[in-house]
Amino acid sequence: MIRDQSGKNGLAATGQSGKKPSLLRRLPSRYSVITFFIALLIVLPIISLFVLAMGGDGQSFTHIVKNVLPRVGPTTIIMLIEIGVLTAIAGFVSAWLVSFFDFPGRRIFSWALMLPLAVPTYLAAYGFVEFFSFTGPIQTAIRAIGGYTSIRDYWFFEVRSTTGAAVVLSLVLYPYVYMAVRAIFHFQGAHIVESARSLGAARRRVLVEILLPMARPAVVLGVTLALMEAINDIGAMEYLGVETLTFSVFNLWLNQDDMAGAAQLALFLLIVVFVLIRLERWARKGRKLHDERTHSLKAHYQREGLTGWQALAAVVFCALPVAFGFGIPFFVMAGYALDYLGEGISPQLLEALATSIAFATIAAAVTMVLALIMVYSVRVSGSKMTEFLVRIASVGYAIPGTIVALGIFLPLAMFDNYFDGLMRQGFGFSTGLLITGSGATMILAYVVRFMAMGEGSADNGLRKISPRIDMASRSLGKTSLQTLRKVLLPILSPALATGFLLVFIDSLKELSATITLRPFGVNTLSTYIYDFASRSRVEETGIASLIIISVGIIPVILVMRTMLDRR
Amino acid sequence: MRLYLAVAIAGMFAGLPIRADASGDQGEVNIYSYRQAELIAPLLEEFTAETGIRTNILFLKKGLIDRVKAEGRNSPVDVILTVSIGRLDNARRAGITRQVENPKINANIPAQYRDKQNNWFALTTRARVIYASKERVAQDTITYEELADPKWKGKICSRSGQHIYNIALFASMIANKGEQFTEKWLAGLKNNLARKPAGNDRSQARGIFSGACDLGIGHAYYVGLMQTNDKKPQQKEWAKSIKVLFPNSEGRGTHVNVSGMAMAKYAPNSQNALKLMEFLSSAKAQELYAERVFEYPVKPGTKISDIVKSFGKFKPDTLSLEEIAKNRKAASRLVDKIGFNDGPNS
Repeated sequence: MIRDQSGKNGLAATGQSGKKPSLLRRLPSRYSVITFFIALLIVLPIISLFVLAMGGDGQSFTHIVKNVLPRVGPTTIIMLIEIGVLTAIAGFVSAWLVSFFDFPGRRIFSWALMLPLAVPTYLAAYGFVEFFSFTGPIQTAIRAIGGYTSIRDYWFFEVRSTTGAAVVLSLVLYPYVYMAVRAIFHFQGAHIVESARSLGAARRRVLVEILLPMARPAVVLGVTLALMEAINDIGAMEYLGVETLTFSVFNLWLNQDDMAGAAQLALFLLIVVFVLIRLERWARKGRKLHDERTHSLKAHYQREGLTGWQALAAVVFCALPVAFGFGIPFFVMAGYALDYLGEGISPQLLEALATSIAFATIAAAVTMVLALIMVYSVRVSGSKMTEFLVRIASVGYAIPGTIVALGIFLPLAMFDNYFDGLMRQGFGFSTGLLITGSGATMILAYVVRFMAMGEGSADNGLRKISPRIDMASRSLGKTSLQTLRKVLLPILSPALATGFLLVFIDSLKELSATITLRPFGVNTLSTYIYDFASRSRVEETGIASLIIISVGIIPVILVMRTMLDRR
Repeated sequence: MRLYLAVAIAGMFAGLPIRADASGDQGEVNIYSYRQAELIAPLLEEFTAETGIRTNILFLKKGLIDRVKAEGRNSPVDVILTVSIGRLDNARRAGITRQVENPKINANIPAQYRDKQNNWFALTTRARVIYASKERVAQDTITYEELADPKWKGKICSRSGQHIYNIALFASMIANKGEQFTEKWLAGLKNNLARKPAGNDRSQARGIFSGACDLGIGHAYYVGLMQTNDKKPQQKEWAKSIKVLFPNSEGRGTHVNVSGMAMAKYAPNSQNALKLMEFLSSAKAQELYAERVFEYPVKPGTKISDIVKSFGKFKPDTLSLEEIAKNRKAASRLVDKIGFNDGPNS
């Protein structure tokens, strides 16, 4: 954390005493203006939601309060709590084990624990239902062993339930927690643990009194991302038969023809998320999380070797999430792919692959550039208003993709038509749908949806760098821009690369916004899969599903390599 | 920083100028479709072979109507293809369709299967039937009303009550029997469920195959898809374990939903759009389409596929589609009200 003890933010406050106060005073406004416009672009769908919400006549209000919230509210809350607990435990414990202990397979687990991140939630849901279904391998084996013929002869758990959904989502979302905790342990944990141990502190004491508090912000960051992704999910929820608030948003909009009611409910959801995040930040206000000795951990750190049952327990704990979160969906899809291998890979599939990679790369690059500008602007200007906008921009991740897509599409199409009208009137020619007719809206949707990851990574990276470094650079006569380029960027690059890859993976998996926004002739891997899945013929997407998972794996491994040791 | 900004802006506005040609090229027609492109591909190939008009198809889902509405007069879309009466009616009410007066189409598609003002036309009908276990269900006739009979307690499987297909079924019940009756009926049906509503229609067939339930609610055409699934022969087994019952055959008939088409209000290639719509209503296309999707063609006298014939005799409910559309909202609210999707024991 870069807050200085006076409670003021960033360099503007501390910079007043610098060598060139006039320059420093002038700078913030320029940054604030740029940030303001970037943030505006990113909160565009939220503004759209507000506009849509105004259009209602309140006719659905009673219905929502009486018939929807009492059922759907508790389901949503229970599922989120379950996901929060599960991802926190799985992510924290596995990161703790991998960071501080040595046991068989540790180095493999170190990156393998990230693999489930490459599996889209809709594929995970499908894979789990298939794997644990009546005709899946487990139940078939149970029947073979027990000599049963009907599902009524034995008890078996149901994946299609609230808890089932929570488990499935947790298994592919815990890597957000794992990654964040792993990073904080990597950069800050080792030397403290070493000193504590050398002073004779017991393992449990180190864990409870040092590591847990240290990891808390990372756990919160990871859990927040996981929960926002769970909240915005509709594909997996529909398939698993779980009615969350997002399900109701779609139901109001599509079945009950109440766009305004849907927008109101979506906003309500968003406000709840926002308040929760603010509460958390408020709760840890005043704590100094910034550690200036970030570079003290290095190769000489000696992990504590585990043997016997402790080693076994560690292996099992790390293996389970990987086996379930990655292994099961991969196994199911690979089975399908084998059935269809004879048909080979179609040219359309290759084209979809190329399109996916191109869009995801551009989206990730744009997101990181914008995130860096925003985050740096907050650091330099210390403007509360700017910070607030940046925070709101990140909450966009909790909005379902389809809603984000419409929230972008509606105002931009309005602009397109307005501009087209002007051109027709003034110059007698039509510009058509200048922006919305191109793939630019898809990029924008990805940027908006995944800014939370871009902003989070850039922010975390920047917070780890002491403001004294900026001050040193500035006092040597460098401008803030030069400071960013020459001094901060090189230190920041791992954090930025992490953000880039996270946005890349998520853009690759993105389905709902893509399908709503794509122009003629544009197919991505996820729309290719959806084309089949929506006709309940997921088995025909085996190859495409494997490709989407595999393309995701490469950046997952890269994330770990950029972020962590290269030993 | 300026460099970064330039890159960002270039990426967003100039980097991907993929645009459908909406300039009125004589040789093409643009389609937005709720139906998977692959299902329609053979039809469109046939159309292109006959007329020389190229087709561009974009598969969309939730948000199709809002997108066309926002695109306004610059929308590239000519023809909208969709499934379910709910979506056709939504399109009409959103004002994104135009009236089409064409003697050929009118002759092919009976009045019952098109909008009063010819804003949309049905292409095929699909029956919402009951899948019944061959092994455990003796009776060969059934009514929708009977599904609420306590004798089926713990024996019925269904997908989400809020799915557009079920909403249409429930709306038809409201139109036929009134809202009060439907509420009681839905509550009875909910109590008879074997498990929480989830999955798709096919999952309900698997439910019967597994022994979890004896009856399932689903569209008949999935049975055809399962019977012919050579890649997953396992699904043939599921299909074998069930028989198709057409509810209310001795009464008002079985509830039918439709797949259909509409011409976009601002269709840039309206002449080609009309040709495509004429083609889709023709005997040849009707036969090809119905055969491929295992549905019933709307043009009277069109040959029905052997598999569809094997499901048995089918008497459709003659209730107008508009009546169903009108009651969709009420149906969806009833599903919320009784907590249908929470499943039994709640």
